[in-house]
Amino acid sequence: MTRLAPEVPARSLGRSPHVLRRVLAAGEAWVFAALVVMMVIFTVLSPGKFLTLNDLSLNAQTTAPFLLMAVGETFVIITAGIDLSVGFVLVLCGVVAGEYYLNNGGPNAGAGTIWVGAILGLLTGAAFGALQGIAVAKLKIPPLIATLMGLGVAEGLSYLITGGSDLRSVPNALVNSIGTGGLGGVQWLIVISFLATLLFGLILAFTRFGRYTYAIGSNPEAARRAGINVDRHLIKVYALSGLLAGLAGILDLGYFGTTTISGHPLDNLTVITAVVIGGASLFGGRGSMLGTFIGVFIPELLATGLIILGVNQYWQYILTGLVLGAAVYLDQIRRRLRERV
Amino acid sequence: MAEAPGPDGPVVPLLEARGLVKHYGSVLALDGANFTAYPGEVVALIGDNGAGKSTLVKSLSGVIRADRGEMLVGGRPVSLGGPLDARRHGIETVYQDLALAPDLDAAANLHLGREIYRWWRPLHVLNRTEMRRRAVAAFADLGIELPDVTAPVATLSGGQRQSVAVARAVAYASQIIFMDEPTAALGVVQRERVLENIRRVRERGITVVLISHNMPEVLAVADRVEVLRMGRRVARFIASQTTIEQLVGAMTGALSTEESA
Repeated sequence: MTRLAPEVPARSLGRSPHVLRRVLAAGEAWVFAALVVMMVIFTVLSPGKFLTLNDLSLNAQTTAPFLLMAVGETFVIITAGIDLSVGFVLVLCGVVAGEYYLNNGGPNAGAGTIWVGAILGLLTGAAFGALQGIAVAKLKIPPLIATLMGLGVAEGLSYLITGGSDLRSVPNALVNSIGTGGLGGVQWLIVISFLATLLFGLILAFTRFGRYTYAIGSNPEAARRAGINVDRHLIKVYALSGLLAGLAGILDLGYFGTTTISGHPLDNLTVITAVVIGGASLFGGRGSMLGTFIGVFIPELLATGLIILGVNQYWQYILTGLVLGAAVYLDQIRRRLRERV
Repeated sequence: MAEAPGPDGPVVPLLEARGLVKHYGSVLALDGANFTAYPGEVVALIGDNGAGKSTLVKSLSGVIRADRGEMLVGGRPVSLGGPLDARRHGIETVYQDLALAPDLDAAANLHLGREIYRWWRPLHVLNRTEMRRRAVAAFADLGIELPDVTAPVATLSGGQRQSVAVARAVAYASQIIFMDEPTAALGVVQRERVLENIRRVRERGITVVLISHNMPEVLAVADRVEVLRMGRRVARFIASQTTIEQLVGAMTGALSTEESA
């Protein structure tokens, strides 16, 4: 009779366990709550100082490259994959664009050159990602290893192309627009990264591409039998992650006015942390762009809040680590809760 | 069961396999297997472990290709290059593992790979409202009650998940549904519900091929039974005139009604 049991409470108890389950099941609900709690605490403890417009915009600007990479990483993690290469692909794409600028006018390069260099950088990222996707989908190399391999290749290529020293002859026009310019007072970095987040958030939530991403992460064999071309979709997802890392690389190049070859060794972990805090499951099938968006800013807001409170800001790393642990623990509980048969 | 066509009846078989041979390396899984399904019947395919049931079903549903032999749908020879080809002929399969995406809801699973779109078609924007509406209608058609079609399938009970998989097959099958061990993992009550589903499917004029180990269940729901042994069809029975002893005899080789091909 044990098999009968699950049927009975669902009927007789009405909707209450169901509602609870739905709230717990909403991946971004708890991270949103965590964000609100954090804001309230910081605001109460230091009224008027936390979250001034300046803080927000500085936060958003330094976080923009992470946000872009996290958007791609969200798709990858929902397919039950992982992309460790993002920070190194960012560097590689910046290097490719930087090398092109160096050979085509350097600091005085015009808009045409800037666009060509940027597109070269983006294509590099997309192609690099697609190759990793092929390694995962066709060669059946586990994503962790495939992108670890890609990480090494991207890093090596960056050093080989530049000879080990950063390229500094970035077009002034690029630095002036990306670095300091903006649209209606909002820096380009913020505009571009937020628009990309919105666009790909909509794609994830409302289109076939998003639906197949969830389906593949949830049960690849079911997706295959339903006629979905799983391999091709995985390649696209990894290519998207590479493309967005490439976009982050171009923005980074403009923001700093130089390539930053050795400046991104832990970007991948920062990005994965953000996505997981945002409610995406490393087992695949779950996650949302809103969650990722909040997940990216939680460590930043923690840091800002701690500085304003005068607490040693290195507590940020400890707290972020704890939040990450809590996020994964919650995911485990959710899984156990719903496996009711 | 008077209307059920007999093995030698005048009705053109809906699906017929003739002399299927399939090797897996040195293992001969199908050794000239025949199979026949008539329109609107429930036909059970039984056999001991290793008799070739799964291989036969996979060949008939396009998952694998037989090395030799012929397949006919409605009397015409067909060649199935994959599950999608089978679907084009109106053949759907409810797999033993159900092949559902547990994180997606029932409506999404029902339309997996066959989503409905709105607005500008190349954007592939999902029409959730329409998919949900059709899902509710599809479940209602089969008399299936789901507490919530928007809940992830993982939150449903085993029987409800089974219902989702069956409803999906029924929604698209115009001719035949293969059901591979549909009750193997279910409890008594849920098992009864699945058998009820099978009867409802037949009432819609769709042929059901039931692969099962459970003899009483087979005799309860099937019109005819075909028995496979060592890669060949060894016997065919009209369910209403057959006993469990006869079925077991045919499965174990003690009894054979079929001349060797």
